[in-house]
Amino acid sequence: MVNTRRKFAAVGVVAAAALMLSACAGSSSGGSTSAAPSTSGGGSTAATVACGSTPVQIADNPWVGYEADVAVVDYVLRTKLNCQTKISKVAEQVSWEGFGSGQIDVILENWGHQDLAKKYITDQKKAVDLGSAGNNGVIGWFVPKWMADKYPDITDWNNLNKHADLFKTAESGGKGQLLDGDPSYVTNDEALVKNLNLNYAVKYAGSEAGLITALKNATEKSTPLLMYFYTPQWALAKYPVAQVKLPAYTPGCDADPKKVACDYPPYPLNKVARADWVTAGGPAVNFIKNFSWTNDDQNSVAAAIQGGATDDAAAKAWVDANQAKVDAWLAG
Amino acid sequence: MTAVTADAPSAPPAPPAPAGAAPRRFGMKWQLLAWFVSWIVLWLLLNGKFPLEAGTPPFVQDALQNFASNLGLVSWTQPIINVLNGLYNAGVWVTKQLGWTGMIGLGSALALLVAGWRMALLTALGMLSFGVLGLWDESMQTLVLIAISVLLSLLIGIPLGIACGLSDRFNRIMMPILDTLQIMPSLAYLGFIALFFLIGPPSGIVATIIYAIPPTIRLTSVGIREVSEASVEASRSLGATGWQVLRDVQLPMSRRTRVVGINQTVMAALSMITIAALVAAPGLGQSVLGALEILNIGAAFNSGLALVIMAIVLDRVISAASTRSAAGQRSKKETWTNRAVAAVLIAVGALLPAIAPKTATWNQAWSHPITDPVNTATDSLNNVLYPITTAFTEWITVWLINPLESLFTGTPWFIVIAAFAVLALILGRVRTAMTAILCLAGCVVIALWPDTMVTLTQVVLAAALTLILGLLIGVWIGRSKRADRVWRPILDAGQVLPPFVYLVPCLTLFGSTRLTAIIAAVIYAAPAVIKIVGEGISTVPSDTIEASRSVGANSWQEIFKVQVPMARPIILVALNQGIIYVMAMVVIGGLVGGGGLGYEVVKGFSQERDVGVGLAAGIAIVLLGVMLDRISQSAGRVRRTSSDVG
Repeated sequence: MVNTRRKFAAVGVVAAAALMLSACAGSSSGGSTSAAPSTSGGGSTAATVACGSTPVQIADNPWVGYEADVAVVDYVLRTKLNCQTKISKVAEQVSWEGFGSGQIDVILENWGHQDLAKKYITDQKKAVDLGSAGNNGVIGWFVPKWMADKYPDITDWNNLNKHADLFKTAESGGKGQLLDGDPSYVTNDEALVKNLNLNYAVKYAGSEAGLITALKNATEKSTPLLMYFYTPQWALAKYPVAQVKLPAYTPGCDADPKKVACDYPPYPLNKVARADWVTAGGPAVNFIKNFSWTNDDQNSVAAAIQGGATDDAAAKAWVDANQAKVDAWLAG
Repeated sequence: MTAVTADAPSAPPAPPAPAGAAPRRFGMKWQLLAWFVSWIVLWLLLNGKFPLEAGTPPFVQDALQNFASNLGLVSWTQPIINVLNGLYNAGVWVTKQLGWTGMIGLGSALALLVAGWRMALLTALGMLSFGVLGLWDESMQTLVLIAISVLLSLLIGIPLGIACGLSDRFNRIMMPILDTLQIMPSLAYLGFIALFFLIGPPSGIVATIIYAIPPTIRLTSVGIREVSEASVEASRSLGATGWQVLRDVQLPMSRRTRVVGINQTVMAALSMITIAALVAAPGLGQSVLGALEILNIGAAFNSGLALVIMAIVLDRVISAASTRSAAGQRSKKETWTNRAVAAVLIAVGALLPAIAPKTATWNQAWSHPITDPVNTATDSLNNVLYPITTAFTEWITVWLINPLESLFTGTPWFIVIAAFAVLALILGRVRTAMTAILCLAGCVVIALWPDTMVTLTQVVLAAALTLILGLLIGVWIGRSKRADRVWRPILDAGQVLPPFVYLVPCLTLFGSTRLTAIIAAVIYAAPAVIKIVGEGISTVPSDTIEASRSVGANSWQEIFKVQVPMARPIILVALNQGIIYVMAMVVIGGLVGGGGLGYEVVKGFSQERDVGVGLAAGIAIVLLGVMLDRISQSAGRVRRTSSDVG
């Protein structure tokens, strides 16, 4: 034992010495905090107002569309506003917890989450709604495009029972299978199937990866698939789908989760920010308040990222091509 | 990688005892048959009666939900957060200062000192590959996280382990806690950790410690208990105090077992890295999750490979270090040469950037990630295999999974409980039966019975499949050194590759189905089982085999009449371990179509309103795991002490 200890002591001394020597040689700073570049990135509005010394803490929720938002906002903050940023890759619920602890300043694409909004915005007043992100979320039932072409009436829920046999699998117990499954999103599908008297069973895939893989196989191998899905989503650009019409949504028709018999409501995606951060103000707050873009904008950046571009490269390409929009964000 | 086989949320294997229980085994066979037949008959009679779906009020879930949503932020964790953040930042700072050359120098120097020049070479090559895969920074972040988590685990775990080793009462208190820590799926409590320790490295470290600390505690305790009574007595009789006995006899003599525990802790910590990434812990876990988000199988494999290399290097170096120190002192001269070489390695590595500035940062042009080749290969493999795998999935589901699931879900709950209690009685003793009843009754009380039965179906099938594979390949590698050499790297990789990496290929081939969940569990559990069986087979004394050969036994007879029966106790340990490993994959199964308790846990992590259900499902998984562990353990024990079981 003593022998070992001495060995480590020897290594320690050498390592410390080496460390000091190489520290003299100088090195870059670390951490996931990206510092602003020393030369201002030629901001067209010349908004070089001091951004404050603390980085803007942005939650990065795990889907590519969101990452596109983060890429562009992060790029603009650093190059046009001289801000520091700190990106935290976390799940949605964990990001909201960050408002409480002061670790997250802003969520850029929030999908509903009434329960969390009630807790953190209404009750605790730790967060505030920062307005629309411009994107419109749609949740619903989809079939691969080839099915809509082959069975044109399939996109009406009234005809789903007629086609139930197509969707039968070993998992669905003799009924048609409705593949559900990313638990991050609200689903009413079991109630819908029951209340619309559909001869279907809900199968929980359990992850977005499961849903997209199923869609990929269904498209490439032309196998039938009825799935719960949502837009904006990068996979839809690669694997085209058709949406199945459910009974129209009217406000309040989904009030009782057990009695739901109507479509999902539209989800205007919004930004949510930490209350204290917004109160403190500054150019970053104004910019993110103004930030808003279309589904097409987001999809183009998301597609670039999905295709292998780095976040910064994808953001730069879009910002350079859409200078007017960026200027409008920075103007307010 | 023999160490991995010792991973044990259960008691360590007892030495194989001569099979002296043949008459009883005969009786047991009939008992088991009668048990099975009566269950089937009861199921046929009562199928679907007394369903529990709507019957039980979810008051436990509601209580957990209330508890969770009223948890405010706490202040007492702030100092801990600061310390952990400080440690992490300091660690990353050191890796940045040393640069890639300095880190490789440091790593190989450490390996040289503790494990010799072969291991130093392995370490250098392994670390170099992080750069080649294009993941140098991520690998260093992961390494820092692992280092901090493991050091803290040892700091806390070794004293606790010593206490467990010295006090029977403390041991009895700790064991159920350790069982829970190891079986409770981390997703079930990850949200709470993030609430207490905030997102980022601190939460990642805490989650890792919770999962990784049990092996250190267990094996430290086992090590101390293994020290022979005689040595302790001898030292006492020479007038040594309790403290002196511990320091001079018990600790030194248990060193080897303790190192096995440390090794296990390192491996467990590595396997938590991907999960820790869900609360923004940096490193390779992030790259795995990022790749999963865009279904880039190649990129996920690339990051997974870096984790596999890190695990294999750490495992080999630690194992070599423990055998080396056991082998005794080296000559003074060799020790000093090694020290000098180590010093030179570190100095050269650290100073190289100053001398040759081009080497200061890793040049991306030297990186060759395996992303694209893997993507191309899996795509073409998919196209070939897809028709076969879909037909196979259909067949297995219809003929195996569906029937078993309807047996479990269709039998009234109290008969299922009775069935497991009787099984426990046949295989074990009254205590085991009581445990089975309590555990399953717990699942009824927390109102998750149907989910529990769905999960149990998959666990039983996965464990059976794992055991079959374990026997087939285990016997093979146990009998042939060459097979062992071929299989071992594959087994090592299967054991440490994060499951997230192979989920997407599995999903592509088998869809979001229960079979995919079972396959994922088998991939994860089989390597350990194969290794344990292989070791059991290879330790059957050669003179016994010689004797059977001399009476004209052929290979098949040799395997089934001699080797397998004699290795039976170890095979039962393998089964027990297989079940525990399969249980660890229940939540992952929920991500790929397994449904059941795993899906509930995933939902609880994703949706605020389902936190209570998620926690309850986590508890149900623990209850199921404890029951299966105790029953399978008693199956192993009864043969050793068959005479004293009524």
